[in-house]
Amino acid sequence: MDSTKRIVLTFPREQVNKPIVYRLIKDFDLVFNILDADITPEEEGLMTLEVSGKQDLINKGLAFLKENSVSVKPLKTEIRWEENRCTHCGACVTICPAGAITIDRATMKVSFDKEKCISCELCVKPCPVRAFEVIL
Amino acid sequence: MAKQLRTYEEINEKIKKGQAVVVSADELIDLVEKEGAEKAAQKVDVVTTATFGPMCSSGVFLNVGHTKPKIKIQKATLNGVSAYAGLAAVDLYLGATEIPEDDPANKVYPGEFKYGGGHVIEDLLKGKDIKFEASGYGTDCYPRKKVSSLLNIKDLNEAFLFNPRNAYQNYNVGVNLSDKTIYTYMGVLRPNLSNANYCSAGQLSPLLKDPYFRTIGIGTRIFLGGGTGYVAWNGTQHSPCPPRTEKGVPKRGGGTLSLIGDLKQMSADWIKGASFMGYGVSMYVGIGIPIPVLDEDILRWAAVKDSEILAPVVDYSEAYPAAKPDVIGEVSYAELKSGKIKVRGKEIAAASLSSYPKALEISQILKSWIQKGRFTLGKPVENLPGESSGIKFKPLNERPFKNGDK
Repeated sequence: MDSTKRIVLTFPREQVNKPIVYRLIKDFDLVFNILDADITPEEEGLMTLEVSGKQDLINKGLAFLKENSVSVKPLKTEIRWEENRCTHCGACVTICPAGAITIDRATMKVSFDKEKCISCELCVKPCPVRAFEVIL
Repeated sequence: MAKQLRTYEEINEKIKKGQAVVVSADELIDLVEKEGAEKAAQKVDVVTTATFGPMCSSGVFLNVGHTKPKIKIQKATLNGVSAYAGLAAVDLYLGATEIPEDDPANKVYPGEFKYGGGHVIEDLLKGKDIKFEASGYGTDCYPRKKVSSLLNIKDLNEAFLFNPRNAYQNYNVGVNLSDKTIYTYMGVLRPNLSNANYCSAGQLSPLLKDPYFRTIGIGTRIFLGGGTGYVAWNGTQHSPCPPRTEKGVPKRGGGTLSLIGDLKQMSADWIKGASFMGYGVSMYVGIGIPIPVLDEDILRWAAVKDSEILAPVVDYSEAYPAAKPDVIGEVSYAELKSGKIKVRGKEIAAASLSSYPKALEISQILKSWIQKGRFTLGKPVENLPGESSGIKFKPLNERPFKNGDK
């Protein structure tokens, strides 16, 4: 039976230059959709994937990732925007890779679209007043 | 100099009668476009300007009251954040960027810097109890050596904000030319010129609207953090001779202000602790300054718009930390506010650290205070040092010495 999982992968610095994700297709016959990726050579990388395939092959694929020191976490977190705390400065807008945070150029006010959010958490720490909260 | 249209005294008379014509700086821009500067200058008495951004050089003087028996405080912390106590017995100064003594700072890089001086000030404003701990060495007149107690803003004798440097006239646009992400007070800057962060209210910002300090001076009454405050002095690093545009608008940092005001009148809506990943903590400060339209020149300057104000683009991976004066380019606030700027032929995303919507709100609040007659204008008792002062912002002239040198 086919199943689908949403996962967040963290690649340690030494693994960033290796074609690890490619092996999920080649060796485990998995189909994936990249929801978010932030990987810079010589730095830690972060990738959010939606993986589909046979359940046992998904499990084997995830085990393969862990063997290669890639941390695998299920994508189950939710980001909450504390509008009252937000100062609408806009520092988060260029950081959001999913287009969930936008700014109305006429009023310069920030808005957050929960539906588009992929819970990558990249907005959380760069917000000077910490207006985004991670809810587990 | 243009013909005088009105005096401070005349404007204040109108304010007291509820007859003053007040517009915010953004409204003035529209008015001048519609009716021209000459007509607008005849009509408008006061223009309100504002800014709301992180301003590191900020802090608060506190007098916590004497203990029984008395203590001369040598060291003090508030919620674990240390305050300067090298003053009289129970006077303290808490700086906005101070971090808790046990903060891991950048040991795990980039550090989170969740809490610090700015957050303690915000907590005081929210009416929260603060954990206060202090020690002294003990003297005949101040025998006590230790105290720990909860403190609340309402119990303090005095709490006044005294910010040595606020309201920078203009500010850098930060970018990163290196191949690694950097974490700065200008936010997260991605490698290879991938994004730009700026920090000014542009066409609303007080000193950009009074570029030669014709009206903003020592003693000017202002909106500070939701209460009434004053310009106390020029700010530190005040640099009144920057390169300027044809209209006279500074194209670099330029002037700064030192501000003072009663913290007890302020609100956590307009003073907020801030955390900058990998850099440290800071504090958002809300400032509003009225500009009296004494003559047409003053109005023309106040009507300068985003497209006419230029900011320097600076590389924070090399030029800034190495204290090199290099500027990669200049961009207007109109371009910055569009969310995209062009630097070295490359289009990159631009984001702000200063809040334009909050600055707009402050300019409207100040406008309503003046319209209702609850805020009159303070005529400066002294002008700020201007172009003729020739003041230059100097680096430290390092003169190493050996132990034993006299």
